[in-house]
Amino acid sequence: MSDDLRQRIQRFILENYLFTSDPGALAPDASLLGRGIVDSTGMLEIIMFIEEQLGVTVADAEMVPENLDSVERIAAFVEAKRGRT
Amino acid sequence: MNASADARLGPAVLELDCEREIERIAARLRELLASELSRRGLVVAISGGIDSAVSAALSVRAVGAERVYGLLLPEHDSAGSSVRLGRLLAERLGLRNEVFDIAPTLEAIGCYRWRDEAIRNVFPDYGTGWKNKIVISGGLEGRLNHFQLVVQSPTGEQHRERLGLKEYLQIVAATSYKQRIRKTVEYFHADRLNYAVVGTPNRLEYDQGFFVKNGDGSADVKPIAHLYKTQVYALARHLGLPEEICRAQPTTDTYSLAQGQDEFYFALPYAQMDLALWAHNHGRPAADLAEALGISETRAERIYRDIEAKRRTTRYLHAKARLIEAVTEIGP
Repeated sequence: MSDDLRQRIQRFILENYLFTSDPGALAPDASLLGRGIVDSTGMLEIIMFIEEQLGVTVADAEMVPENLDSVERIAAFVEAKRGRT
Repeated sequence: MNASADARLGPAVLELDCEREIERIAARLRELLASELSRRGLVVAISGGIDSAVSAALSVRAVGAERVYGLLLPEHDSAGSSVRLGRLLAERLGLRNEVFDIAPTLEAIGCYRWRDEAIRNVFPDYGTGWKNKIVISGGLEGRLNHFQLVVQSPTGEQHRERLGLKEYLQIVAATSYKQRIRKTVEYFHADRLNYAVVGTPNRLEYDQGFFVKNGDGSADVKPIAHLYKTQVYALARHLGLPEEICRAQPTTDTYSLAQGQDEFYFALPYAQMDLALWAHNHGRPAADLAEALGISETRAERIYRDIEAKRRTTRYLHAKARLIEAVTEIGP
């Protein structure tokens, strides 16, 4: 998995939801919903980030926690989608 | 009030002694007015729906019709029946009441303009004669909740698209003006009369955050916030409210296309949603809910998860303004 992609996603979440640039504040496998870092509106923001900044379209059926609930999962999802297109 | 936690899960768990509950609520309303609120009456906005009708009737039972002021506050997108049903109720209860059309205020403040601009970002042809509504999607399929915009052209053709974040937030923010302007009018009359404002959420709405902060979520007292919607209907019948109000299906009465509350927010019809919330609140396993509703256990588990997700998402709506440190002389 690309470290660059993972760092970009992590930076977006750190800056927008935790107001810090310290990577230690968010483990890549931490559950964003479970830890209350984002709610469902926050998830829509993350989807907008994925679509507008990472250039990957998120279909309705792909809007599941398995694809979006941690930095690791988002990065894996984005890479898989890029690999398929 | 509720059946015991080990009773068989079904509509019977929501049965209550209506007369006793009405008397209990009325007594508590009098007590709150006298001891905590120091107000001499109640203002209730009447929408024509079941919750405000029962809240108004309970207010009358508590302090008498002469100390309750009813407000009917329609706007462009209100159902045609709202004012008629509101008047019918006010007459039945013997309430002083007033109809105040909030549409010009909403026009002036930009409610419709901001909403339509966001809709046109999704459907550029949207304009005069078109109708709209927002529909929830995802939670019961195990997906994250998101919203879809449905529009109908003047010729009756419907179109549906997933709403992007910016458009979703702008449409909701614009339409929330409706509830917030209504509340402003309610507090004007409450201040003028030295009355308290009644909030009308039922338990589903209160628990799941189906209200606008500083809009319909704002009030001095909420007499039915502990009652499941099924119980509100039971009280309505016991109170002898007009049959047309007792039979009406819950709607949001906020968007111009007909829209059930289950479409917009709850994802299940209210009677099923009541049972699901009751079962979840009483620690019933998903298997019990599945059996009661005739659905799969997986779907029942998703309903429980959806209840929790909505509680999390809307916690902010209940929250008071946070202080940097407690002002202990005033309270925590």
